[in-house]
Amino acid sequence: MNISIEEIEKEIIEEFELFDNWIDKYEYLIDLGKSLPKIEEHEKTAENIISGCQSQVWLNAKKKDNKVHFFADSDAIMTKGIIAILIRVLSHQEPKEIINANLDFINTIGLKEQLSPTRANGLVSMIKKMKIYALGFEKIL
Amino acid sequence: MRNEKEIRDLFPLLDIKVNERPLIYFDNAATTQKSREVIAEIEKFYLHENSNIHRGVHHLSQISTDNFEKTRTTVQNFINAEYNHEIIFTKGTTESINLLASCYREILKKDDEIIISEMEHHSNIVPWQICCQNTGAKLKIIPIDINGNLDLKIFKKLLNSKTKLVAITHISNSLGTINPIENIIKLSHEKNAKVLIDGAQSAAHVKIDVQSLDADFYCFSAHKLFGPTGVGVLYGKEKLLNLLPPYQGGGEMIKDVSFEKTTYAPLPFKFEAGTPNICGVVAFKKAIELIKRIGIDKIQEHEDKLLAYATKKLKKIKGLKIYGEAELKSAIISFNIDGIHHYDLGLILDKMGIAIRTGHHCTQPVMKKFKIAGTARISFAYYNTFDEIDECVKAIEKAKKMLL
Repeated sequence: MNISIEEIEKEIIEEFELFDNWIDKYEYLIDLGKSLPKIEEHEKTAENIISGCQSQVWLNAKKKDNKVHFFADSDAIMTKGIIAILIRVLSHQEPKEIINANLDFINTIGLKEQLSPTRANGLVSMIKKMKIYALGFEKIL
Repeated sequence: MRNEKEIRDLFPLLDIKVNERPLIYFDNAATTQKSREVIAEIEKFYLHENSNIHRGVHHLSQISTDNFEKTRTTVQNFINAEYNHEIIFTKGTTESINLLASCYREILKKDDEIIISEMEHHSNIVPWQICCQNTGAKLKIIPIDINGNLDLKIFKKLLNSKTKLVAITHISNSLGTINPIENIIKLSHEKNAKVLIDGAQSAAHVKIDVQSLDADFYCFSAHKLFGPTGVGVLYGKEKLLNLLPPYQGGGEMIKDVSFEKTTYAPLPFKFEAGTPNICGVVAFKKAIELIKRIGIDKIQEHEDKLLAYATKKLKKIKGLKIYGEAELKSAIISFNIDGIHHYDLGLILDKMGIAIRTGHHCTQPVMKKFKIAGTARISFAYYNTFDEIDECVKAIEKAKKMLL
């Protein structure tokens, strides 16, 4: 049985509650960024690049057994950390679940307030792109 | 003239805390902080003087018109223009350049040429591209070398009888290079080309004398020299401004309007259609007066010392590379650290209360030249201190440890 988006969000909120300062939180994001598998250079195409970030993000998605699997990379490590969290929440979920996810946890763990407005826009663009992929897969079904 | 504390006290926002750390403001090339006097003048204007300018017969309109026009004369003296009607108020450097480009669109013919450089800010590239698209004129580019100097040999080759305008930045906003504009103007004039100098990065840092430079056009923004946002200046020689067609149509810029024929107002009003940023222009005077009181030589001397000190200290950080090492350089330092994305660095420095800028700084051709996506950029103003540089260097070392 798959863990639901809400359950993963709850897990992440609990993990972030352990941090009482920005350094720990940022170091955690950096570690997440470093551990996210790189995507192949040839997969970094103009179609899967996300604008709205000061850094560049490439996001790919594949569908297997009615589940969407996301793969992403960025030239900036903090951005990679953020996208690693989004992947943890939204990857391996059904398209419908991804489309309907409201992702309230982002505010709760202080990602939006912790990061600059430019960065928050980037975050919005990432989520939008993930949902667009899910929407595309949903229609193909 | 004053000690460090006195200077910093003039700028109230320098005293705040960011993320519980004292703010270190190193983003002065983007905009400078505002002096108490500028802020007080803005308040005074709206509390006691607010009125639309020119044509008003009533008391308040006369006060605001007087104060607005006083700033024009202050700017005239600041850059040593011959007449105060050679000072056109715009909303910023970008609009000043667009104003000129829009006028040149009416003048240029097919195969005329405009020369810009590889180090220009996008706002001194795109208006000329649009101008060329509309007229069939050609845009020629002076390349830069690896230290960020203009290649003057190529510039001389590019100059010819078809060159109508040379539009060059005085100081590069991403590399800090101070260009030899005196020489550029002289060479251009030998071929009868006019010259626009983009002074966005220079007005608060080096002495400007448009007459001794013999600049045809010179522009800058108030907000980069301790003044309000939304105010810019386009200086142009009287003779040339008179030859140009108007920019925007509207109130203020006309002499007589009828449906058959409209005649235009004399300088400077011909180029100032609509209600300008009156309050901003009035308050701008206080910013220039402050610079004059401190003395531009003093400012330059202090900033040169900050630049030398910071460059020396930054170079000691392992893996740090500085972009732009021209011999004549203003207090702007662009850099990257091996293995670290400039954006990650900017985010962490922000957490430590340090404001720097990251990205391509609206100079993508420069980034392309150096084969990078962007840089971290530190830029100083007169109120910055050596202690702040020490703190910043420590913070960069700490960020490096976190990121690598």
